[in-house]
Amino acid sequence: MAFLSYLANGISLGSVYAIIALGYTMVYGIAKMLNFAHGDVIMVGAYIAFCATSYLGLPSIVAILLAMAVCTILGITIEGLAYKPLRAAPSLAVLITAIGVSYFLQNAALLIWGSAPKSFPSLVGIPPLKLFEGKLIITGEAIVTVIACIVIMIGLTLFTGKTRMGKAMRAVSEDKGAAQLMGINVNHTISVTFAIGSALAAIAGVLLCSAYPVLLPTTGSMPGIKAFTAAVFGGIGSIPGAMVGGILLGIIEIFGKAYISTQLADAIVFSVLIIVLLVKPTGLLGKAINEKV
Amino acid sequence: MSKMVPLPTNSIIPERDLDKIPVLETRHLGIDFGGLTAVDEFNLTIGRTEIAGLIGPNGAGKTTVFNLLTKVYQPTRGTILLDGKETSGMSTVQVNQAGIARTFQNIRLFSSLTVEENVKIGLHNQVKYRTVNGLLRLPSYWKQEKIAHERALELLSIFNMEDLAEHRAGSLPYGAQRRLEIVRALATNPSLLLLDEPAAGMNPSETAELMENITKIRDTFQIAIMLIEHDMNLVMGICEGICVLNYGRIIAKGTADEIKRNPVVIEAYLGKKKEG
Repeated sequence: MAFLSYLANGISLGSVYAIIALGYTMVYGIAKMLNFAHGDVIMVGAYIAFCATSYLGLPSIVAILLAMAVCTILGITIEGLAYKPLRAAPSLAVLITAIGVSYFLQNAALLIWGSAPKSFPSLVGIPPLKLFEGKLIITGEAIVTVIACIVIMIGLTLFTGKTRMGKAMRAVSEDKGAAQLMGINVNHTISVTFAIGSALAAIAGVLLCSAYPVLLPTTGSMPGIKAFTAAVFGGIGSIPGAMVGGILLGIIEIFGKAYISTQLADAIVFSVLIIVLLVKPTGLLGKAINEKV
Repeated sequence: MSKMVPLPTNSIIPERDLDKIPVLETRHLGIDFGGLTAVDEFNLTIGRTEIAGLIGPNGAGKTTVFNLLTKVYQPTRGTILLDGKETSGMSTVQVNQAGIARTFQNIRLFSSLTVEENVKIGLHNQVKYRTVNGLLRLPSYWKQEKIAHERALELLSIFNMEDLAEHRAGSLPYGAQRRLEIVRALATNPSLLLLDEPAAGMNPSETAELMENITKIRDTFQIAIMLIEHDMNLVMGICEGICVLNYGRIIAKGTADEIKRNPVVIEAYLGKKKEG
């Protein structure tokens, strides 16, 4: 029974990673950049939701929507101010800028909300599910997280597969130049990608802090890095890959904590990444990229 | 073919297009890369329904001209008039919306998308619906999606490619990929279609079919087509006005017969005849 309980926790944590990883992977797929500030957008989303409920007394759903709106604007602003001017710059310059944005967001949060941890109230009003006569308890947070993850996955698959904007995104991710010559506004497409990724980050922030209720300005960085790992693990640029990578990573982390060592759990997670990349450098579901020379 | 008549600007256009604004007019167009002048003094007028050819030895600057017209490169000098309107300051996307579409020398399809999706990318600015409607599957989404689907199949039918609609573009044979590039470009509803070596890698029977199809496209859509091509049978067979480029400059303009007999052109292609 303990096994099932760990598995449920693993899938729930993995779903949060998956939602964050989707943001990384979409931005990478379309703008070909690693947005290392993505994890900190999660933290901002969580703080916004915290303020909306604790200070303003808004209902949970309004708080989540507000966090999504703020993060969407934040994402578009970061992209427009920090990354857009570097569109033609070498990828190392963009990467360093992204790390700079990450520090900026953390320190801005430190300035606004202080260094004292905030106790995040759970925004999920669902009672835990008791199975097997109460031997297996699955928290309401875990249920909502997994459902949210599935809904987001289906939504994104429909969006990229069926809508006009989604098709434009896939075209841009394959060949920016050709897409432009077909009349597709690449800058607009990249902005939309950042908007979607950041809105998802807000959801991930709320879900993460509902399950692990300590909110700090650095709250986003570790899950951010792990979600990045998940995206690479699953195959960066691939939406199903981010999903599979995220959930597997969550399960490995929880099992590692439960059966091997709490201290070594993170080391195990990253070791798995190294092993996967050694065996399959493109990640689990990644496509081989033929670089043009 | 209609008679070609000279213009005061030292270009020739088909007689039938005389009373219409030329689809394209370039004046003193040029671009430098660092100290190197890649294209200079490129003056050309293309009639509204003309099939024009751009030929020249390798490295003459032909694809550079296409890149200037589509604003992949911003010109260093000169002006481009599209339908009589200047395109300076326009981006690649805006030039496409204003009516120039192109294909590529080395095929650049969206190879992981299906054939139909590739065409729909071309239709991106032609068939519009709000993304929200797409996600929520509102009736207007279905209506627009149906229009896009029908339009895509209609365009694919030019090359009898409707049956391939569901295939991945990257899995098509080479010749079909070239044809799909033309269809995708046509989907953006151009008034000038630029074809960069459309017959490259095709066998003679495929080339003959392509020639028929290029003429058919011009007749059906009443647009101008400008093509870069090394296959002289194709160029001499369907191009009305031909422009010869060498070292970034125009060395001759004229009809197929004039170009074939032009000593400067022969020299550029075959080298100078030895005296004696």
